[in-house]
Parts: sequence; C-alpha cells; structure tokens
Amino acid sequence: MDKLLQVLDTNARLSAEQIAVMLGVSTAEVEARLEALEKAGVVRGYKALIDWDKTDREYVTAYIDLQIAPSKDRGFDGVAEAIMAFDEVESVTLMSGGYDLSVKITGRSFKDVAMFVAKRLSPLDGVLSTATHFVLKTYKERGVLFDSEEKDERGLI
Amino acid sequence: MNYDRLINPTLMELKPSGIRKFFDIAAEMDEVISLSVGEPDFSTPWHIRQEGIHTLEKGRTWYSPNAGLLALREAIAGYVQRHNGVSYDPKTEVLVTVGGSEAIDLCFRALLSPGDEVLIPDPCFVCYEPLTRLAGGVPVSITTRVEDAFRLTAEALKAAITPRTKLLVLPFPNNPTGAIMPREELEAIAEVLRGTDIMVLSDEIYAELTYGRTHVSITSLPGMSERTILVSGFSKAFAMTGWRLGYACGPAPVMKMLTKLHQYAIMCAPTTAQYAAIEAMNNGEEDVRTMREEYDMRRRFIVDGLNRLGLTCFEPEGAFYVFPSIQKTGMSSEDFCRCLLEEKHVAVVPGTAFGDSGEGFVRISYCYSLSHITEALNRIEAFLKERGTL
Repeated sequence: MDKLLQVLDTNARLSAEQIAVMLGVSTAEVEARLEALEKAGVVRGYKALIDWDKTDREYVTAYIDLQIAPSKDRGFDGVAEAIMAFDEVESVTLMSGGYDLSVKITGRSFKDVAMFVAKRLSPLDGVLSTATHFVLKTYKERGVLFDSEEKDERGLI
Repeated sequence: MNYDRLINPTLMELKPSGIRKFFDIAAEMDEVISLSVGEPDFSTPWHIRQEGIHTLEKGRTWYSPNAGLLALREAIAGYVQRHNGVSYDPKTEVLVTVGGSEAIDLCFRALLSPGDEVLIPDPCFVCYEPLTRLAGGVPVSITTRVEDAFRLTAEALKAAITPRTKLLVLPFPNNPTGAIMPREELEAIAEVLRGTDIMVLSDEIYAELTYGRTHVSITSLPGMSERTILVSGFSKAFAMTGWRLGYACGPAPVMKMLTKLHQYAIMCAPTTAQYAAIEAMNNGEEDVRTMREEYDMRRRFIVDGLNRLGLTCFEPEGAFYVFPSIQKTGMSSEDFCRCLLEEKHVAVVPGTAFGDSGEGFVRISYCYSLSHITEALNRIEAFLKERGTL
C-alpha cells in the first residue's frame, strides 16, 4: 500500500512537512503526490472521526439491507443512484450475499428512519424488500476504538 | 539483626539502576509526559495473545522441559536460520529463558571465574556491569563515541583486551544510543577475536528493529558462531515484554552449562508464554514489519524535531531510542533531566544512567504515539526557550 495513503488513513491532519519527515522524502514530493491523489479522485476528502454518542446530538443510525431487481441496461446502478441522492443517506454499497444494497442512514429518531425507509426507499422502482437494522452502539470505527479509553498502563519510566 | 552485614557486599555496593532515578519524582506529578519507557506501546498482536489464552483454556499449565518446549526451540532455530543463516541444533544449542535478561545473567555466571574481565561498550544497557560483578568478573568499559556513530571500533576493542579478557558484550542494535554495527565494522571486530579464546555475548534483542538496513548478526560471520552466545527474545520485536521470554543460542558445550544453571535457578520459562511465542515465531513476522514501519516514521519525526530544537542527534538506525546531545544547554545530563521533569513534566533518561560516556546526552524513547511525541517536543521547546538556549 502507498505509504502516504497509509499515513493519511490514520491521521489526515498531519502537515505535508510532517509527513515528509516521517517518510524521509521532501515536502514538495508529498505536496505533489497529494495533489495528484486528489485530482485522480483517490483521496476523496478529509473528515474528522466523531463519536457522536459523546455529544448531546439526538440521532439514530441504521443499516438497511435492500433486495433489488436489477434493470436490464443499468443493473443495480440506477437504484443506487436514486438512493444516494437523498441527503439522509450516508453510504450506499453493493454487497455480495443474501441482499444487494446496504444503505446507511442517520436520522433524528427511530420513527424518522422508519418513515424514510417506508416512504422513500420501499416505493422506489426495483426495490423488492427492505430490512432495517438500527445501530445500538459503536465499538470500533475505521480502526479506532470508540467505547474504551486506551490508557497507557506502562510505568512512567 | 544487622541486615547490612547479612547482605553480600558486592550486591550492597551496586548502584540502583539510573534509569529509574527520577521515577519517584515523576510518580508524584500530574500530567507527566514520559519519553522514558523502554517497551513497545503496542499490545502483543492478538493472534499471539489468543494462542496463550487457548493453551490456558486447554489446561496446558505444566512445567515444560528445562530448555523449553521442543516445538519452541525448533521454531527459534528456524527463525534464526531464516534471519541469520546460522544453524543451531534445537536439542543441544537453544535455551529458552525468562527474558533476554536471564540469558545474559546465565552467560556471566556460566563463563566467569573470579578476576575474569568482561569488555562492555559504554554507553549501554544497565545490566551488564552489575551482573558481571555479581558473577565475580571485572567489568571493563570500552567508550564508544558519537563521532563513530556509537559503534564499537576494532582499535578500541584491541586496546582493551588483556590476558584476563574472557568475554565481549556486543549489545547492538544499542540501547540507549540506537547505534547499529554494519557488516564491515562487525567484520573488523570479528577479525580481532578470531584466534583468541574470547567469547562474545551478542545481545541482539533489538535485531528486528533496524531502519534502512537489515541487522547483521556476528554469528553469521565466518568462525564466529563457535565463539558467540546469541541472546535475543520476544519482548521488543513482538511487543511481548510482560510475557518474560527470551532465548540463547550457542555452542553445545556452553549451552549445556547455561541449561544446567537455568535448571537449578528457574526450572523452565513460563509455559503459557512459550506456547504464545511459538505462534509469534511462526506467524508473527508481518506484525513485526508493521510495527517497525510505525517506529520508523516516529523515529524520523522525533529526530527531525530534536535537531530543529538544536538537540542534535546522530541518526539512530536501530532499537527505539534517540540519543540527542544536550551539551549546548551547558547542563549535565542529570540536571537537564531533573529540570525538564520539574519544570515541564517531561521525563527522559540521563545518558549517564548508561555509563560515564553518556554524559552530555539523554535517552529518548519513541514508543509513543505521534501526538504524545509532538506534545513532548513542544514542552522541550518551551523549556529550551525559557533557558535562552533556543
């Protein structure tokens, strides 16, 4: 794997200068490579990883499994595009296995999410069935532990 | 009872480890940022821990053979063969010990007679000198210098050899300096030793942690495995410090004596740790690679940071320590460490904890996250600014 991407994947806030030092290359090289990666669409953005449970935000997240009847010309893409256009939808992925699309959405309440599925997703052409799974607790996300404080138990010296 | 008269006077006179000198002060403080610890911040890789758990569940909690589980000795022999290209017979030339530390102690006690001299590069890890004394030997320091990248030179070695020289301790990659011994320098050392009866205790506990070039073991040089006891272990490379497991490999007649001592003093290394270590040897090299890459990035980061602050470091190529010079502050190593701790709550270890030639240096560990290192560097910067040295 590209070392630069590996570093960014764990900490996107490091400056080009800092990354250059860590990788033993010049700052200009890092900047050029970053720009190329952004242009090529490899790096799609830089976002903070927030544990919303530790804030006072009222929200609920669900994963919805959708079975789709693929259309002749566009397969699953047409339905996927219709779904991803909704702002409520955080991610849409095509899956192998017992269902086809996995959709992650976040709303203010269980009812919000349930109504969204009933009113927006289910009626879409090609959607055969939906199964909604609410997230109760996040333990780990993108390699970072959410639930536990990682304390350095080593002695000070 | 007069306990002072009860205790072995050699032991009484030994100084306590200088690494822990400021521990009591640091322990009383809030929000200490430590860069002192000599162990990985990674937990033992999960599949290795699982192997330990699994054998506990199975109730495999018996003594192992004195020399260690044969399967582990075979795994060690295979690992050493893969990395150094040197073959050891798992049945007669490999001993599993309680950490590399036990193996070091066994070497001294097995080899030394009263008055025998042990050559010890300085600065180096704290255990060799006291253990030599306790075994009745006479420690002889060989100063290594920053101008030589803290490597042991053949000239310095030659100058230190006397008719009483029994053993050379070769602790590379080095704690505290991070120095390594490249092949050419090592060959020059080997050339001095060939044809003598001097044994080498090659402490290669940091062998897997070199950056840029691969570690060369002196055992791999012609004629050297027969006069070398290779000591290594699982603590540093596999992040297994608390499991307390190491090993020694060497010529059968010597290993037989080490094993005899080990049998009386220890019986056998912890069995759970031994099972976990088999998993580490056979399936842990990918983990080592990942951790090494992470250390390497931190290493470059901290060396660059310290150099910017004018605490110049020579490029450490191994272990997980940097050894910057603090001479431009005009302070002694101890004063620097004490003041930095008291004023900025940053704990580093004075170079003098590792021998007299560590004066003017401090040991800084980079077994910490980047954000932790950054915070420490910021505090050191403030410390230097307040003293007008930056």
